[in-house]
Amino acid sequence: MAAELAGGLALGLLLVAPPFLPAYFLEILISVMLFGYLGAAWNILGGYAGQFSFGHAAYFGIGAYTSTLLFLRLGVTPWLGMLAGGVLAAAFGLFAGYLSFRYGLRGPYFSLVTLAFAEMLRVVAVNTKAVGSSLGLVIPSREAAPVDFVFAGKLPYYYVILAMTLGAVWITRRLERSKLGYSLRAIRENEDAAEASGVDALGMKLRAMALSSFLTALGGTFYAQYFAYIDPSITFGPAVSIQGLLQAIVGGAGTVLGPVVGAFVLTPVSELSRAMIRGRAGVDVMVYGLVLILVISFLPNGLMGWVSRRPARGRS
Amino acid sequence: MFSLDLLLQAVVSGVLLGGVYGLVASGLSLIFGVLRIINFAHGAVMMLAMYATYWLFALLHVDPYLSIVVTGPAFFLLGMLIQRVVIEPNRFAAEHNQLLLTLGLALFLENLALVLWQGDFRTVRPAYANASFTLGEALVEVPRLVACAGAVVMALALFGFLRLTDVGKAIRALAEEPEGAMLMGIDVGRIRAVAFGIGAGCVAVAGALVTPFFYVAPDVGESFNIMAFVVVVLGGMGNFVGALLGGFIVGLAESLGATALPGSLKQLVVFALFVLVLLFRPAGLFGGGRGR
Repeated sequence: MAAELAGGLALGLLLVAPPFLPAYFLEILISVMLFGYLGAAWNILGGYAGQFSFGHAAYFGIGAYTSTLLFLRLGVTPWLGMLAGGVLAAAFGLFAGYLSFRYGLRGPYFSLVTLAFAEMLRVVAVNTKAVGSSLGLVIPSREAAPVDFVFAGKLPYYYVILAMTLGAVWITRRLERSKLGYSLRAIRENEDAAEASGVDALGMKLRAMALSSFLTALGGTFYAQYFAYIDPSITFGPAVSIQGLLQAIVGGAGTVLGPVVGAFVLTPVSELSRAMIRGRAGVDVMVYGLVLILVISFLPNGLMGWVSRRPARGRS
Repeated sequence: MFSLDLLLQAVVSGVLLGGVYGLVASGLSLIFGVLRIINFAHGAVMMLAMYATYWLFALLHVDPYLSIVVTGPAFFLLGMLIQRVVIEPNRFAAEHNQLLLTLGLALFLENLALVLWQGDFRTVRPAYANASFTLGEALVEVPRLVACAGAVVMALALFGFLRLTDVGKAIRALAEEPEGAMLMGIDVGRIRAVAFGIGAGCVAVAGALVTPFFYVAPDVGESFNIMAFVVVVLGGMGNFVGALLGGFIVGLAESLGATALPGSLKQLVVFALFVLVLLFRPAGLFGGGRGR
């Protein structure tokens, strides 16, 4: 009961408080939501199916580039471009996933191959003039046009990413109680045993891959619209892949709220470290590295795992 | 455009860089063989070694090759320390968590360097940095030749060490049969630390060997790290000779790719090779490795 109350209160605050926040905090909150969203998308494949992708930047980049190119070249609204990017990313995810799973890549080998796929896309983007090569693409500043995913001020962007994050959390919650969710967890715990019990491991993992890459791509479009600038290393670089994974691992991989909790902890930590040591690039990522080491060492199941392992009160 | 001279030059450059890849990968392969960890921080340790070489040269005018006498043992100890403090306490953690542990370590070290020394490219240019001679129509830069020869010598020395000494034999025993090794009274914790130390020592030597013709920057280890992954997968995880041979193959693929393709598309050749080998020969081209 207490958990529901706290959840409801937190949700209420997230809905009502932002208009009264100073711009700086609103920006941080948008970052929290975006990273939480990316973490939730990664979590479906990494947390539930136990397939640790190190290359989710591939889908993020496909989403960002598809909607931006469709808009700049053909004038298609990014709202539609977003869906197109998601479908394209899911198709690429299915392709990469089919190859990897079909040939039995597991554990670290899967991580390495996903990293390689993302890096290949980055190299292609850098070397393709038609997509702006290493200079990237700028979405020219215009009048606010909600139809074209352009808003005045930051607040509307906040509500968009809040809705996306709540959507991802809702999907994860549905997933957790579905046949797919149970199958994925069975595969994560012991793939051979799951297959022996009749779970179609390849099909289930591919479904997780498609869903996870589709959602990640939507995040890419949001990023492109919010910052109005993308380039190959921002969108396809390893940093994006690590961001998503980090939120989920720190918050608790394979839990519904883990990635969002992770983002609420990590983003302020990164902001604080940057504020404490000014003018030095890299401080925040250095702290991320340290946090990752500490979390793996002392809270291997993340913050949510730590919370739920404390003496049980009420239902778990 | 694709003349014979260019081809010859590409082969020479590829082979020379391939030796260094081979040494970096040997260290990675040894760590994998003994600890069963794909060490994402391998390149970051190499980067630190390159900074050590740089500072010894810039502040104390120590020749990069001579600095190996200091950095080699120092990084061996640093490797042992990292293994003891960060990795050993988590040796029973899930496989993917151990992978993330080294990823965290890589992020930490790389950005520590960025915080301490900023992102500027630094170079070490001793008097012989531009020495070269021609071999037929191909130009051979002396520092690259030294790097390749030094790397191969170091790799062979390591091979001899693993074959002939008691510690070396213990390392191989642990890689092959951990439980059997433990039952034979091998101090498993110590051997694991030694293996990680040797891996760090390998990249320290490789780092010192490349600084006379390379740049030093916080992210310089990343490309070597990726190359080492490719090499190790190609040569077979834990297969030592395979790592050295794989180094030459990847070096050649990279430099031939650079000759045939414009811009940075050469990296595509290496990644494509990587994906193909992972998919079709995950145990490595030469067998003996442990795939999947």
